[in-house]
Amino acid sequence: MNFEHILFSIEAGVALLSLNRPEQLNSFNAQMHSEVKQALKLLRNDPQVRVLLLTGEGRGFCAGQDLSDRNVAPGSAVPDLGESIEKFYNPLIRQLRDLPLPVICAVNGVAAGAGANIPLACDLVLAARSASFIQAFCKIGLIPDSGGTWTLPRLVGMARAKALALLGNRLGAEQAEQWGLIYRCVDDADLRDEALKLARHLATQPTYGLALIKRSLNASLHNSFDEQLELEKDLQRLAGRSEDYREGVSAFMEKRTPTFKGR
Amino acid sequence: MPQTLAVECFEHGVRLITLQRPQALNALNTELLAELASALAEAEADPDARVVVLTGSAKAFAAGADIKEMAERDLVGILNDPRQASWHAITRFSKPLIAAVNGFALGGGCELAMHADIIIAGEDARFGQPEINLGIMPGAGGTQRLLRAVGKSMAMQMVLGGESIDARHALRAGLVSEVTQPEFTVERALQLATLIAGKAPLALRLAKEALLKAMDTDLATGLRFERQAFTLLAGTRDRDEGIRAFQDKRPAHFSGQ
Repeated sequence: MNFEHILFSIEAGVALLSLNRPEQLNSFNAQMHSEVKQALKLLRNDPQVRVLLLTGEGRGFCAGQDLSDRNVAPGSAVPDLGESIEKFYNPLIRQLRDLPLPVICAVNGVAAGAGANIPLACDLVLAARSASFIQAFCKIGLIPDSGGTWTLPRLVGMARAKALALLGNRLGAEQAEQWGLIYRCVDDADLRDEALKLARHLATQPTYGLALIKRSLNASLHNSFDEQLELEKDLQRLAGRSEDYREGVSAFMEKRTPTFKGR
Repeated sequence: MPQTLAVECFEHGVRLITLQRPQALNALNTELLAELASALAEAEADPDARVVVLTGSAKAFAAGADIKEMAERDLVGILNDPRQASWHAITRFSKPLIAAVNGFALGGGCELAMHADIIIAGEDARFGQPEINLGIMPGAGGTQRLLRAVGKSMAMQMVLGGESIDARHALRAGLVSEVTQPEFTVERALQLATLIAGKAPLALRLAKEALLKAMDTDLATGLRFERQAFTLLAGTRDRDEGIRAFQDKRPAHFSGQ
């Protein structure tokens, strides 16, 4: 598949999607949104894909919305930003959260605006030591979107979430790791290798079971304790019917390495 | 052999009807509705069938009427719409009917689900009456049953706006009684059907009738019907069995007599 604003490849179970407008710090315009959407559709329909790795080309990860793509000249009609969120950002965020496979995000540089919140919709976030997260919305009179207002308090607590969202200060990758906003921070030079290593490992794991783990942890954020216990029962029942469960148990019994098919 | 649905009989008197027009998202054409009506007529006549579960596919319970078919009917054609007879047969079904809804239940599909006594929905289910978008309106009870289920404001919003609601929303509104993981919708409906199938058939039939009365009569008439039905059951063997089993602390075995 040839895209203009993203790089997309599928290899050995790993789908690699890299945002590719390096001059604009990979900020989103309508075409990039549509290409990402097409790529996600391709990988959803490809049974070989067992993990998605999302990253960016050049020195930035993603600077969010390309503001030059939005006309807010004085005298022009009041823009409906809700429409752009409904059409572009919300479906993307929902997809990343709902994909039935692990989604890794390798934040290679600055992640601002929607670009800071897209990683937070992924399952495992690695960031280069020089990368930073900036909830820049407050500086232009907007609110954090792409799930930011929902995700931030849950990851870093309300006090820090409010500081990040109201002040819009740069949060370095190391600090982000300490605060629990992301999974790990690694040296810049190692980021891509580390992320690929993680992706290749996950591509050999019981994908269906991992999808159920992801589903249950996501659901726990709004379920009551009792609802969650019920859900665990239901999803465990599903997991127990999988081929990989049988393989996992017999490999354990026979003291050999299991070969998982992801179903 | 029906072409557009599959009928499976399970033990304990539970029957599962699965709509099968996947290429058309189970759109309810004349053939499918007729086959559904006759499958229900069969279940009606068979004393071994005590509860029926109705479901579609993972993607769609039923995504509406068959638009192609509908477009071919003019005023007189619609007046003589052969599907009316099928809808009536579904309405007249006297045994407990449970809809297990995954995916889309839109237009006629939403109306069909509302013909069931109980709706169990998968997390990913969507309910709606989008007829208004085609310049028409619901024609198989959508304007009546929806209002009774979810109240005026939401029914108006759904019918006039044509937008669908998700399973959680439908649960809050009282359109469905339970929301499950999509993989378990049918399983849960069958489980519930098995529970209900263990009850006394005559009591089920009269209780269902009394509950449906509550939807369309005044309170006094409904209460009178309830009392008469309640009294009728006093003459059944199953009532004696039920009370004796309770006193003997053992499970009851109902014969339908």
